[in-house]
Amino acid sequence: MKLHEHPEFRSLVRQKWRISLLLTFLMLFVYFGFILLIAFDKSFLARPFGKDLTIGLPIGIGILIFAWLLTGIYTVWANRIYDRKVEELKKKIT
Amino acid sequence: MNYSAIFMFFAIVLLTLYITYWAARRTKTTSAFYAANRNITGFQNGLALAGDYMSAASFLGIAGMVSLEGFDGLIYSIGFLVGWPLIMFLIAEPLRNLGKYTFSDVVAYRLQQKPVRIASAVGSLMTIAFYLIAQMVGGGSLINKLFGISYSSSVLIVGSVMTAYVLFGGMLATTWVQIIKAILLIGGATILVLLTLTHFDYNPITLCRVAVEKFDISVISPGSYISNPWDAISLGLALMLGTAGLPHILMRFYSVPDAKQARKSVFVATGLIGYFYILTFFIGFGAMLLVGKDLITAGGDKGGNMAAILLANAIGGPGFMGFIAAVAFATILAVVAGLTLSGASTISHDLFMNVIRKGHADERGEVKVAKFATLILGIIAIVLGLIFKGQNVAFMVGLAFAIAASANFPSLLLSIVWRDFSTRGAVWSIITGSTLSVVLIILSPTVWMDVFHYNSAIFPLKNPALISLPASFLAGFLGSKLSREPAAALKFDDVKVRTHLGVGAH
Repeated sequence: MKLHEHPEFRSLVRQKWRISLLLTFLMLFVYFGFILLIAFDKSFLARPFGKDLTIGLPIGIGILIFAWLLTGIYTVWANRIYDRKVEELKKKIT
Repeated sequence: MNYSAIFMFFAIVLLTLYITYWAARRTKTTSAFYAANRNITGFQNGLALAGDYMSAASFLGIAGMVSLEGFDGLIYSIGFLVGWPLIMFLIAEPLRNLGKYTFSDVVAYRLQQKPVRIASAVGSLMTIAFYLIAQMVGGGSLINKLFGISYSSSVLIVGSVMTAYVLFGGMLATTWVQIIKAILLIGGATILVLLTLTHFDYNPITLCRVAVEKFDISVISPGSYISNPWDAISLGLALMLGTAGLPHILMRFYSVPDAKQARKSVFVATGLIGYFYILTFFIGFGAMLLVGKDLITAGGDKGGNMAAILLANAIGGPGFMGFIAAVAFATILAVVAGLTLSGASTISHDLFMNVIRKGHADERGEVKVAKFATLILGIIAIVLGLIFKGQNVAFMVGLAFAIAASANFPSLLLSIVWRDFSTRGAVWSIITGSTLSVVLIILSPTVWMDVFHYNSAIFPLKNPALISLPASFLAGFLGSKLSREPAAALKFDDVKVRTHLGVGAH
C-alpha cells in the first residue's frame, strides 16, 4: 500500500484540514464582519462604549488579540498533538 | 544639525554593519546566503519576521495616519495583522516542507519549471518594487528631517547602505539585523507610549477623551478616510491576503529547521506585531495632541510620515528623537535589505538557476548572480524612491499588498490545495493578478488624478484587490480546466505526504 493511501495518513490529513479551515473561517468571519461594518454601517462602530470610548476601539483592539490567540491555539495543537501523531505514523510505516 | 540624534544614528548603523561583517565571514554557500543554513530557531525567526513586517509603513505610516485621521489608521493595523493566522493555517507548513529558497519552489513543485518560474518571478518582482517604493520614501524623508540634507541625497544614502548589507551579509546578516531592530523598535515604541501617557494620567482612556474634547467624537469613530464601502472591502482583502503573498516574508520560513519551529515563529511574530500595532495607535493619538496636525503636515509631508519622530522630539527632547529616528532608520534599512534579498534570490534562484541553467549551475555562480541582482535592485530602489516623494507610506504599502494578494497568493494556495492545478492555470493566475492589479492602480484616483492630474479616474477604487484578486483565482481555475496535466495531478499525493509528514524536506 502506498503511504498516501494509508487510512491513518488520510484521517490525519483530514483532521489537520478540519482544524486549519475552522480557524481560517473564524478569522475571516471576525475580520470581514469588522470590514463590512466599516463599509456599510459606520455608525454602529461610533456608538459610545463606557463614558469616553466608542465601541469601535475595543472591537478593533480585540481583533488584534483574537488573531494572536488563534495562532496560539494552532501552534499548541500542531506542535503537541499533530506532530506526535505524525511521528507515530512515520515509525509505523518505516 | 541635531548632534545627539546623529550620534545615535551612527551608533546603530555601525552596530548593524558589524553584524554584516560577522555574517559575511559565515556566508559561503547558497543555503547560507538565502536561508542562513536553516539554523535559526523559531523564537529568533519570530523576531526576524516581526522585524521584516514592522516596516516604515507600520511605524511611520500608521502612526502618521492615526495622527491625521484617528480611528481609520486602526483599520490598516488590523488588516496588516489578520493575514498572519492565515499564513499559519494554510501555507506555512507546505512552504517549509516543499520549498528550498523561494515560494516559487512550492508553486513550481508539481508543474513545469520554466513557465511557472518566469511568471512567479514577474509577480514577486512587481510586489517587491511597490513595497520598496514605500520604504524608500519613508527612509528618504527620515534622513531628510534628521540631517537636514536634501531628500534626493537621503534616498541615495538609504539605497547604498542597504545594498552593502545584502551584498556582503546575505540572509544571516539580514536576519540578525532584523532581530536587533525588532527589539529596538518595540522597546523604543514602548518608551514612546509610556512617555506620552505621562501627559494623560497614565491612562490610555484619558488620551482618547482629551482627543475627543479637542476635536470631536469622529477621531475615535470610523470616518471619511475610507468613504466608499467597496473601497473598504477592497482594502480589507488586499491587506489580509497580501501578507500571504509577500516574497520576503515567505522566504523566512526556509531559515528554520522544521515545521514546528515555523509555527512557533508565526506565533511569536503575530504577538509582537499585534502589540506593536496597539502602540502605534497610541503614538498616533499622542502626536495628534502633543505635536498637532499642522506641525505634522508642515514641510509638504501630507502623508504625516514623521508624526512618531516629531512626537519623540516633543516629549523626550532631541536625544530621544535621535534614538527613535535611528531605530526607524534601522527598520527601513533592514526591511529594504530583506526585500532586496528576496528580489535577488528570485532572479538568481528562479530565473538564472532554474530557467537559464536548468538547475545545472554551480553554487558559486548562483551567489554571484544574486549579488549582481542585488546591485541592480539597489539602483532601482533609489530611482523609485525619488519618483514617489510625499505619499503616505502605509497607503503605498496597501498597494504593494494588493499586488502580492493578486499575483502570488492565489497560485500559492491553489498549488497547495487543488489536485488539478496545472502549469497553464498557474501562469494565467500570476500574470492576470499582477498585470491587472498594476494597471488598475495606474487607472485609480491615486495615480490617474494625483500623479497625472486628470479630473476623474477611470477605475473608481483606490485599491484594486476587489477586482484583481478574484480575477486571478478565476484565471487559475479556467487555465487548469482548459489544460489537464495528469503528471502534476499524480504528484499531488507526493506533495501531500511531504507537506503533512515533512518527509524529504530540505
